[in-house]
Amino acid sequence: MKFNRRNLIKSFAALGSVGFSTRVLAQDKPNPNNLPPNLPEWTPDLGAGVDENPYGSPSQFEREVIRRNVPWLTASSQSSVNFTPLQDLEGIITPNGLCFERHHGGVAEINPTDYRLMINGLVDREMIFSLEDLKRFPQVNKFYFLECAANGGMEWKGAQLNGCQYTFGMVHNVQYTGVKLSDLLRETGLKPKAKWVLAEGSDTSGMTRSIPIEKILGDCLIAWAMNGEALRPEQGYPARLVVPGWEGNMWVKWIRRLEFGDKPYMTREETSKYTDLLTDGKARMFTWVMEAKSVITSPSPEKPIHHKGIQQLRGLAWSGNGKIKRVDVSLDGGKNWTTAQLHAPIMAKSLVRFTLPFEWRGEELLIQSRAMDETGYVQPYIQDLQKIRGKNSIYHNNSIATWLVSKSGKVDNVRLG
Amino acid sequence: MYVWVKIVSVLLLTSLMGTWSLQASDRAFNLGNIATSQQVKGWDIDVRPDGVGAPIGSGSVFDGEEVFAEQCASCHGDFGEGVDRWPELVGGEGTLNTHDPLKTTGSYWPYASTMFDYIYRAMPFGVSQSLSYDETYQIVAYLLYMNDIIDDDFVLSDQNIGLIKMPNQDGFLLPDPRPDASTIDGNPCMKNCDVPVKIIGKARDIDVTPED
Ligand code: HEC
Repeated sequence: MKFNRRNLIKSFAALGSVGFSTRVLAQDKPNPNNLPPNLPEWTPDLGAGVDENPYGSPSQFEREVIRRNVPWLTASSQSSVNFTPLQDLEGIITPNGLCFERHHGGVAEINPTDYRLMINGLVDREMIFSLEDLKRFPQVNKFYFLECAANGGMEWKGAQLNGCQYTFGMVHNVQYTGVKLSDLLRETGLKPKAKWVLAEGSDTSGMTRSIPIEKILGDCLIAWAMNGEALRPEQGYPARLVVPGWEGNMWVKWIRRLEFGDKPYMTREETSKYTDLLTDGKARMFTWVMEAKSVITSPSPEKPIHHKGIQQLRGLAWSGNGKIKRVDVSLDGGKNWTTAQLHAPIMAKSLVRFTLPFEWRGEELLIQSRAMDETGYVQPYIQDLQKIRGKNSIYHNNSIATWLVSKSGKVDNVRLG
Repeated sequence: MYVWVKIVSVLLLTSLMGTWSLQASDRAFNLGNIATSQQVKGWDIDVRPDGVGAPIGSGSVFDGEEVFAEQCASCHGDFGEGVDRWPELVGGEGTLNTHDPLKTTGSYWPYASTMFDYIYRAMPFGVSQSLSYDETYQIVAYLLYMNDIIDDDFVLSDQNIGLIKMPNQDGFLLPDPRPDASTIDGNPCMKNCDVPVKIIGKARDIDVTPED
């Protein structure tokens, strides 16, 4: 066997890839033998053939681009959450394998042949649909962000987690393929008294949420595909509810039933959880919309600055109330702002990419981004939220974050006051 | 001419038929199957605050103590106090307006129906929908008793679950008042803005971020 790099990788992989991968990834100095004028080691040999990797995966050098969790947050990994590595992504599409996960009883594994969606209650006809039935309806293809209402929840009282991924990563953005509920419900008909829908999942948690009928008939979908392929199991395979612009908990995965009624159902998820406790002990209920928000993905705690001179500040913005109209960026903690460039496509209820070039001379910076949506709503400061809602809310923290860039180029999540 | 008339009448006929079939069933695509009442009964497990959907059955506090000890206490504690980091189910009265609120079925949940609905559908964790209806009534009765909401001789059933008044039933505000904390004039400050720029906290100092 000819000794080449690929065989080397293989034999290391057989020994256990951990040591190798850290060595490769930790290598930040280039190997001079691979640089001009030398012949790089990957050039003379044949690479992997087309039968080696029938379902492709990212380069081995991208192994650190993964979802991560915060083990101390939850008692069980089956009722837990992990976070999208926003700092490593470009554009606005989240690759399927990097979409954050939030389950209440682990991932249900459903054979699509055994999948059924039941529609019952205040309809003209109580009906059951198979996945094949659903796919025969007229379909739509739509980009939407999905954000957990608790995204940034650990930051209500102060800067707590030192990472873009941990403080903003409970959001993802994919293109859904599915059927509009307004089309699906033409089969069942609706009784005039139907005002609310109970959406129910078929996982072990039996996830349930009440949704008003206007929203259901407005833009909700039953989706079976994301980014061109079947939903991933952890995103509700074979079918999930899509509730554009509203909190992720309502996008019931592994959906098995829609019940129509004249009142809300007051499920555990909309009483015990996903209600916003104020300082006087009262709690807001049915706060569904995810208001405008933005984050600087680079520089960020995971993406320090390595060189003086020109930098391309990058970030993401989104609003559950429509399109992002503008994003401003400050380098001095919010005293002065510059409007960033928004990159097309700019779609309602979808992530939008923004960039802003700037020159860094090695000075300390306090960087912030501030999103504005088409309603004229401007992303608030945490103090604005705290003044009205106190510090016990957990959910719906859409405030402006501050990254401190120190003179070394290191970046920290900080709170200003 | 003859051909033209024929086409028109065919078109007319099909459009009439189309209207007729819409009125008769409204089924635009003729997809899916009618669900039988038995199929619906098996999956329609939700219970509403007014008791609608509560399955026939009943349970006492006394029996509930035993079932809870067997099925729930390993995670939630004998008295619902919570073991390790598993959720507490009892206590917390008077804490909702403090810096350290404790939300439990007793202190926070607005409806007893939600306890039945959730426990039947989701608990015990990892063995969901394994309790009988009577066992579920027993457990809910026990938790209501432990939270000082009912007396020890109370028997909870489908007949009275919609009548239980929970301590925090009036603790919830509707509708959503947002936007509540932002300038919505689309014209935020751009230059020399009056904002605090002193660093008052660093995540690095809290030191709870997982290391890779
Ligand atoms: C193996 C551990 C375990 C067992 C056994 C268990 N639970 Fe749970 N329970 C949990 C977990 C974990 C959660 C939170 C689930 C989630 O995050 O959605 C929970 C949540 C709950 C809640 C909701 C708490 C809240 O404030 O929202 C109730 C009520 C509850 N359990 C009751 C029960 C009852 C009654 C039983 C016995 C029939 C039981 N549990 C058995 C682990 C357990």
